[in-house]
Amino acid sequence: MTQKLDYLKESSSQTAGPYVHIGLAPGAAGFDIYREELGRDIAGPNARGERIRVEGLVIDGMGSPVKDVLLEAWQANSEGIYAHPEGGGEVEDGFRGWGRVITDFATGEWGFDTVKPGAVKARVKLGSGVSDKVAANSPDWQGRMESHAPMAPHINLWIVARGINIGLNTRMYFEDEKEANATDPVLNLIEWENRRATLLAKRDGERDGVPVYRFEIRLQGDNETVFFDV
Amino acid sequence: MKPAEYYQRDRRRQPPALTPDYKTSVARSPRYSMISLQQSVSEITGPVFGHSDIDPIDNDLIKNYAKDQDPVGERIIVHGRVLDENARPVPNTLVEIWQANASGRYRHKKDTYLGALDPNFGGCGRTITDENGYYYFRTIKPGAYPWRNWVNNWRPAHIHVSVFGSGFCQRLITQLYFEGDPLIPLCPIVATIPDPDAIGQLIARLDMNASVPLDCIAYKFDIVLRGRRSTLFENRLAGN
Ligand SMILES: [Fe+3]
Repeated sequence: MTQKLDYLKESSSQTAGPYVHIGLAPGAAGFDIYREELGRDIAGPNARGERIRVEGLVIDGMGSPVKDVLLEAWQANSEGIYAHPEGGGEVEDGFRGWGRVITDFATGEWGFDTVKPGAVKARVKLGSGVSDKVAANSPDWQGRMESHAPMAPHINLWIVARGINIGLNTRMYFEDEKEANATDPVLNLIEWENRRATLLAKRDGERDGVPVYRFEIRLQGDNETVFFDV
Repeated sequence: MKPAEYYQRDRRRQPPALTPDYKTSVARSPRYSMISLQQSVSEITGPVFGHSDIDPIDNDLIKNYAKDQDPVGERIIVHGRVLDENARPVPNTLVEIWQANASGRYRHKKDTYLGALDPNFGGCGRTITDENGYYYFRTIKPGAYPWRNWVNNWRPAHIHVSVFGSGFCQRLITQLYFEGDPLIPLCPIVATIPDPDAIGQLIARLDMNASVPLDCIAYKFDIVLRGRRSTLFENRLAGN
């Protein structure tokens, strides 16, 4: 017998099921219960930067739109700061940077309004778990902690639905940020260059003066979206 | 202290995307391997919630939709802690639940099961853990319900649970099952989890000490989110 490590183990995921809307977006399930549903307003009224709308479909391996998906978005503000104690600074009052949206039961279309996020520092002293002392005495560690290029503007997405056993993580980048995308450390991590395009949202005109970006997520099949093990 | 990444997910205890016995997963599972990502600020941060986001009644499913009387069914308390893999409590984190009523019917326009709707039961609740990671709900024990997979599949009684933690990479949705339910080993959704010990971790224990005499029986359910490398590593360095 060897000694035991006294860690706990992460609880296992189970599918969100067909009725996820009841719990996380009850209005869409057809009833009103809470004073306010969470995640309806990602950026809030005081957010600086460019207002945008993001729309899309989630498409299954048969090529059909998935009509019972719930997506959550997590993004930085227009200066690349997340609304979190470790997010890199202060954000505008009312900016949460998080939202959830469900697909239309008839068409599978989803969409949300937000602001375009700014470029995000890749590692902000996150490093590798070494102390300042070690980092200061070791050029290697120092280099590792600070050498990463900033990440291009992106919105982190988490997708759950019936038939999805564990939430899928992906990122939506912006097609019109060519320069920033070219040096993005995450896009560049994808060995198959042709697959990087699956993470690019396309400009799709304007509605009421607000730019619309289109982002199709393909769970499987031709042009399967890149998903990340984070 | 310099916080670092969260521990890698133990995929041996997590369901794979493709689990053919759960038929819906077949067309909804990515076929390519996920790209492993060294975490950045995008993964280690996540939304922050506060008590102003919710109301005190939101964690009482017996009362939060009741019209003229309480819902029918077995009155239960579900309580426990949200912990991380370092066995530290996860305080101030949002826990949301949803479930069928005592007849196994969801208040959802897409649920057409013939089990009766209960006019006094909504079926969802939410709360924020206290400084010790503790949470509790009062609700009705959900009924089992049939679902279209094999010809005669029944879901064991279950409550869907959604938890945040502090980093978006900790985000988790799971299901709570009840001790002693003979439907658990028959369920293809439960069986998507490859490790029997991990399945056991989703089965709430009857907890007589937490029950309220002549009112409510109780079940204890702890939820574990991914742990994070940080002070442990530094302590070791300091102790060297
Ligand atoms: Fe269910």
